[in-house]
Amino acid sequence: MNLIIAASSSATFPVLPSLLIVPTAGALVVAFLPRARKDLTKLVAVIFSTTTCALSLWLLSDFEYENHSDMFQFVSRQSWISDFGISWSFGVDGISLFLIVLTGILFPIAFLAVDPEHNDRSYFAWMLLLEAGVMGVFCSLDLILFFLCFEVVLVPMYFLISRWGHGNRSYAATKFFLFTMAGSALMLVGIITVAFLHADNVGGSVTFDLVEIAESQSIAQGTARWLFLTFALAFAVKIPIFPLHTWLPDAHTEAPTAGSVILAGVLLKLGTYGLIRFGLYLFPEASHFFAPVFLTLGVVGIIYGAVVAAMQKDLKRLVAYSSIAHLGFIVLGTFALNTEAIVGSVLQMVNHGISTGALFLLVGMIYERRHTRQIDELGGLQHSAPLMAGFFTVVMLSSIGLPGLNGFVGEFLILLGTFTAHRWWAVVATLGVVLAALYLLWAYQRVFHGPAEKENAEITDLKTRETLVLLPLLALIVFLGVYPKPVINRMENSVKTLVVHIEKHVSGFEEPVNRHSLGEIKIDTQQLEEGH
Amino acid sequence: MIDLVWLIPAFPLLGFLTLICLGKSVREPVAGWLATTAMAGSFLSVLIVFIGMLLEKNENRQTVFTLFDWIPAGDFKVDIGFLADPLSITMCLFITGVGTLIHLYSIGYMHGDPDFNRFFTYLNLFAFSMLMLVLGDNLLLTFLGWEGVGACSYLLISFWFRDPSNATAGKKAFITNRVGDWGFMVAMFLIFFNFGSLQYLEIFDILESNQIAKTTTTFIVLMLFVGAMGKSAQFPLYLWLPDAMAGPTPVSALIHAATMVTSGVYLLIRVNPIMVEASTWSTGLIAWVGVGTALFAASIAVAQTDIKKVLAYSTVSQLGYMVLAVGCGAYTAAIFHMITHAFFKALLFLGAGSVIHGMNGEQDLRRYGGLRSLMPITAGTFIIGWLAIAGVPPFSGFWSKDEILAFAWNKSPLLWIVGVITALLTAFYMTRQVILTFFGKPRYLDAGDAGDAGDAGDAGDAGDAGDAGDAGDAGEIKPHESPWTMTLPLVALAVLSVVGGLIQLPFSSSTKRLEHWLEPATFHNETHLHLSSSTLWVLALLALVSVVAGIGIGLSTYLKEKIDKQIFEKTILNNAWNFDATVSRFMGGPGSKAFAAVAKFDKQVIDGAVDGTGQIVKKTASILRRSQNGLVRTYALGIGIGAIGLLIWFLTRTTI
Repeated sequence: MNLIIAASSSATFPVLPSLLIVPTAGALVVAFLPRARKDLTKLVAVIFSTTTCALSLWLLSDFEYENHSDMFQFVSRQSWISDFGISWSFGVDGISLFLIVLTGILFPIAFLAVDPEHNDRSYFAWMLLLEAGVMGVFCSLDLILFFLCFEVVLVPMYFLISRWGHGNRSYAATKFFLFTMAGSALMLVGIITVAFLHADNVGGSVTFDLVEIAESQSIAQGTARWLFLTFALAFAVKIPIFPLHTWLPDAHTEAPTAGSVILAGVLLKLGTYGLIRFGLYLFPEASHFFAPVFLTLGVVGIIYGAVVAAMQKDLKRLVAYSSIAHLGFIVLGTFALNTEAIVGSVLQMVNHGISTGALFLLVGMIYERRHTRQIDELGGLQHSAPLMAGFFTVVMLSSIGLPGLNGFVGEFLILLGTFTAHRWWAVVATLGVVLAALYLLWAYQRVFHGPAEKENAEITDLKTRETLVLLPLLALIVFLGVYPKPVINRMENSVKTLVVHIEKHVSGFEEPVNRHSLGEIKIDTQQLEEGH
Repeated sequence: MIDLVWLIPAFPLLGFLTLICLGKSVREPVAGWLATTAMAGSFLSVLIVFIGMLLEKNENRQTVFTLFDWIPAGDFKVDIGFLADPLSITMCLFITGVGTLIHLYSIGYMHGDPDFNRFFTYLNLFAFSMLMLVLGDNLLLTFLGWEGVGACSYLLISFWFRDPSNATAGKKAFITNRVGDWGFMVAMFLIFFNFGSLQYLEIFDILESNQIAKTTTTFIVLMLFVGAMGKSAQFPLYLWLPDAMAGPTPVSALIHAATMVTSGVYLLIRVNPIMVEASTWSTGLIAWVGVGTALFAASIAVAQTDIKKVLAYSTVSQLGYMVLAVGCGAYTAAIFHMITHAFFKALLFLGAGSVIHGMNGEQDLRRYGGLRSLMPITAGTFIIGWLAIAGVPPFSGFWSKDEILAFAWNKSPLLWIVGVITALLTAFYMTRQVILTFFGKPRYLDAGDAGDAGDAGDAGDAGDAGDAGDAGDAGEIKPHESPWTMTLPLVALAVLSVVGGLIQLPFSSSTKRLEHWLEPATFHNETHLHLSSSTLWVLALLALVSVVAGIGIGLSTYLKEKIDKQIFEKTILNNAWNFDATVSRFMGGPGSKAFAAVAKFDKQVIDGAVDGTGQIVKKTASILRRSQNGLVRTYALGIGIGAIGLLIWFLTRTTI
């Protein structure tokens, strides 16, 4: 309780609730705009989403990471259904901070980058509602509130795919909805059981407060393991973890460009974020117990996703499968259970959002020009669109994990941390680095290199608007690759707190660290100084 | 003055950024001169640092400059920091020196290319990455440069991307190197796990004050060697280098001969304190892979018909010598050969580029001949390069090769024998190349006929030379000497190829300048030669005999035509022992089939299971919906059966 009081004094303006309220209000405004003023729709949507973005950046600048002992900051809490201990309870820590910022940045970019082909008002309204839902997931500290937001996200996404999508869109939308719905149905049961068991064991009234339940760890080991699985299933579908992934390629391929950007950029992270917040934090013992399973599935995802990606004929499908491989890295790092790997995972969530978001934007731009995503039908695009090729190259190299660009930092920390904990998993997972180069370079060659024929020879290069939309993403790709320190610094304390939490509640578990930190290896500092 | 070390990579970085921002707004030669100036600025900075270092005492010649924290997470921390010591500055000297010359050369060579600016943008980015590689004070920063040069190599090999074979070659280079990078990464994980740091000097200090198990150091060395095999093109990961010749010739000279390909060797020398702690079988393995690659590649070079392919295999072979030296613990000799090789191989490549330029893009040796009088400067400098690489005293290559061979004998006479056979082959194939190009009758006049050898093999993937646009048919070739921007670098490199040996002469301790200079970086870890000076003289003499024999056989085969050349130009050698073809066949056959099988599994089994579940639900539902037929009778029947069932259940429960 003391942490809530301490933090709320620092921020008087309820910035976290406004992250939900602003886009929701935007959705309502857009929905009720007069039909005659169609020209205003996009403007209003952009204003509301940039306001949300500004709020998230304010959050970032006010976030304290040094000398801050509280786990969550900007905590705000309003009683909601007090009989059941459900409340509007929000808070942010270093783990959710950058996912909130990422969401804040990606939505305006998605708005500015692509226009819907029809029904502007409902399109933008759904998108804004989607943003509110995503923000809600990343800010919630109440299990029921979290679940609501987690589920609310499905509805706009369903409509975005089924109404503004491509070819086989209703199949893809239904598959997406049923898959994720089925996954999360059990989680609701899990959430209710957790709250009531907690109330039983601790005494007192029922509460759905995440921090209270997680800190007390009152649920018996065996039960907790089962309950963990109900959560993990929902997240595994969302991420998606092999073999629950087949909704993803369909949803990605058929979704409109902005939908794919948001889906890959933010929505998949609901799952990986969930694994950390409602997996490791809520069920430390069960997470530790099931870690080998998830580590293995992570490695399988890395290799499997890459191999299947290499064989895709549709460019968007290829990027979709590459996401499965990248998310495999994040799962791997999460369950390595040490600071380096988890920091790497959180960082990689952000990196993947930026890189894959940019990649989907570029694929969308190709599609707009050529009306095809079939790799066979493309070729030699670099000839007439050198700027686009340049952007694609940088984004591709970031996705491959080239040092100096953002993708490398996360991937390296994940592998390094995993190696410390479970070396053979890391050795195999590192092969994913080879495969990533294989499928992306091959795709690049077939799309951009070679002779350009017919329509491919006549495509226009990037327009100013498109360049301006891509530039911020490109800047982030370089910045996070060269100077990730400010980001890592803000994540690190929260991750360390989490690891300590796991150590405290799992008997016999100590954070896997290197031999130097264990004290087995000593540096003779005096000699070192002389050496310099 | 050593403090200025950050300027060294800053110049090419600045050049790169300027060129990116300017884009197409500057006209042709400006971009080239900008990039060249950036390189020259970098070279000057190296000189300043070098002089500053010379003024210091030996023990003060190792300095670390940290710019900022790069990745600090948990117990892990690496900086963007530079390690200025004799080893890194030596590397910088020839990278920026040869680099500046090649930039200058490229202004002439790339003249008229529509992507002139793009070329120099990449070239500056390459130089920056290469300098980061050698100056990095920790393994991860070296890895940054390592991957950066790999990416630039990819971009430059596939520079003329309209030709699919160039694009394929670029991709092949990157992916093959990535296999090596896997080893590099695993090595870094191992080092961090065991030492808690990736910083070179910290690692070395820990090694000194702690007992590290031999298996650990051995594994680290082997994994780093896997990385080196990729970058420095050792068997079996050499496959990408011959194909990399698809790039413009200055790229082949700078990246695929003088600098990037030596970074594997550099890496192993940089970690020499770990190398000496590894078990002898692992360093023995390195030596054998090196000498094996040297022999293997030299044998292939004998039968190549493309002027650049001969040089490419020759580079693989020479890199084999350097790796052999590393395996023998002869770090100075490896660096020595790296430097002389940078001079003469860059010279040979640029000379070849000049020939190709003058021949309007023709690369087939069988269509050259008699070019000596038409391209006097190119021919003269190329001949110097030939004598240097063949190992004729007093040219630079003789001294460096001789030193490596002495260490090879020291480790095992068998290694020496293989090395000497390679030297013989080297002298032979280089003689063949020089004679076919510059001597004999001109053969480029026989239009349409691709020489007398049956298969036109490698002639197909010509397409080189910047202004090859108007090459047209070979019939109209008018060989001419190249402009001064191209010949000046040739002359400079020729001079260096002659006198390069002076930096390390074996006569007395005081003439071994390079060895003393490198001491702060080799930490007295060099193997000591236990050979008497008479043994050394005999070995040198025998090596010289083999060189003379190689040149002699070459002359009598190709100049005097006393020996039938078919004896040497076997098809299997031309096809590189079919190794490349076998690997390609595997990748295209079983390899891609396995990938396709996984994709099929995904579509049919995993997605099939999902759709199957959907179908089952649908079928079940369509059966069940029959019960909802709206007839009250049916519902009444259901209620009745249910009631009876409940009654029976209730009764059985109570009676028991």
